[in-house]
Amino acid sequence: MIIAERKPMEEIKQLIAPYKKVLVAGCGTCVTVCWAGGEKEVAVLASQLRLARSAEGSEISVLEATVERQCEKEMVVELEDKVAEVEAVLSLACGSGVQTMAEMFEDKPVLPAVNTTFIGMPEKEGLWVEMCGACGDCFLDRTGGICPIVRCAKGLLNGPCGGTRRGGKCEIDPEKDCAWVLIYRRLEKQGRLDLMRKYYEPKNYRAVKRPGKVQAMQA
Amino acid sequence: MARPFRETLKTKDFIVTAEAGPVKGSNVTKMIEHIDLLKDKVDGLNVTDNQSAVMRYPSLGTCLLIKEHGGEPVLQITCRDRNRLAIQADLLFAYSRGINNVLCLTGDSVDVGDHKEAKQVFDLDSVQLIHLVHTLNSDKDMVGNELDGGIDFCIGTTATPSADPIEPQLMKFQKKLDAGVDFVQTQAIYDLDELKRFMEHARKMDGEVKILAGIVPVIGAKMAAYMNENVPGIFVPQYIIDELAQAPKGTGVSKGIEIAARMIRQIEEEKITDGVHIMFIGREEKVPEILESAGLL
Repeated sequence: MIIAERKPMEEIKQLIAPYKKVLVAGCGTCVTVCWAGGEKEVAVLASQLRLARSAEGSEISVLEATVERQCEKEMVVELEDKVAEVEAVLSLACGSGVQTMAEMFEDKPVLPAVNTTFIGMPEKEGLWVEMCGACGDCFLDRTGGICPIVRCAKGLLNGPCGGTRRGGKCEIDPEKDCAWVLIYRRLEKQGRLDLMRKYYEPKNYRAVKRPGKVQAMQA
Repeated sequence: MARPFRETLKTKDFIVTAEAGPVKGSNVTKMIEHIDLLKDKVDGLNVTDNQSAVMRYPSLGTCLLIKEHGGEPVLQITCRDRNRLAIQADLLFAYSRGINNVLCLTGDSVDVGDHKEAKQVFDLDSVQLIHLVHTLNSDKDMVGNELDGGIDFCIGTTATPSADPIEPQLMKFQKKLDAGVDFVQTQAIYDLDELKRFMEHARKMDGEVKILAGIVPVIGAKMAAYMNENVPGIFVPQYIIDELAQAPKGTGVSKGIEIAARMIRQIEEEKITDGVHIMFIGREEKVPEILESAGLL
């Protein structure tokens, strides 16, 4: 799923500084699961904004709404009436949701209240880790199901860099495992180390032409 | 004129290269002094490429200075700052100006450097870079276009004998050797038993390739601890830290030189590697003292 984290309060306050009426819009899918932008987070942010403004002695009216998926126009359309009432929308969805809203309501500023960080999975309660870089040219069959494109800090395809720390940790963070040491251990366990001995050509960065567009096969 | 490094690799028993670290700025006076001081005392001057991801005078520019001053430059190219177009263009330029040796490296992450917010490239990795140099050496670019005037680089790369676990590093090292390299310089070595263990593997993997042990003098216990913590791929064992800690105040540099020279002598006497690569970063003017103390001058 897509992982995001809320922007610092000071930054959000700056974003909506010119406005007196805003809609805080949440999304019921990925950002709900990662505690960044679901109904609960919408309520918390809306209260914080009201309190902050009242402490500053300036008025604000904050509306709240959460749709199931902010990245689908059919679902975002539900917000039409509320958007019409406000000067700006503060979206707690991922970058894709923010852009869908912005496209649907072109006459209103749609402002991001979260930073979309990566595609990942929950490692434990309240901790998510990056797993996929959406590169469009999946390499996981060769690496024991561990993606070196994003889990190696340098995205290397032919093995670890010389900066690997003792104990198989990453050059940039002693808390993180070196992805290539993980790959080595996984492939060794599966008796498939030959995959790691193979030379892999430079990656085709044209696999996804940016901006990306995917047409379903049956469409 | 300096002897071509490729020839040195074929003919010399114990090869000695030194690192020439580029300055932070455009004042090249000190670098030129280092080049003049070292160019006839070593077989090659090896120039780092924004070392430790710290922005500096370019490797290519420094190699040109070495060439102009009659030394034999080794151009380091990392994959961090350039994509495949830029790397190929730089290699063509280097060769056209008489720089004939290239050291292919991955490059330290921008996270360890002084421009931490930069976008790092890593379009290629070091193994792919070695393959790329071979492709250019065959007068074609990497998509198969003919070159009008090709190149013929002597190719080097690095190895990390102190890696733990060593197996994934050895697998990558094998890929580098399979890609074809003329020489290898190791990351800084302090534990010679560890180096010997690595060399046993390396000799089995490729009996021909010339391997130079990386020598980085440490001039104090604190520096050693800092390097262990902050310099990727380097590990200074406790007994060296203890030896440095026991050195009287103000004698750190000479102690560091003494330890480095002692290691070099042992490496040469026991024929552990084919030579050494000395990296005395920021103290290049002290390299002759190491060479003298190691009996190499």
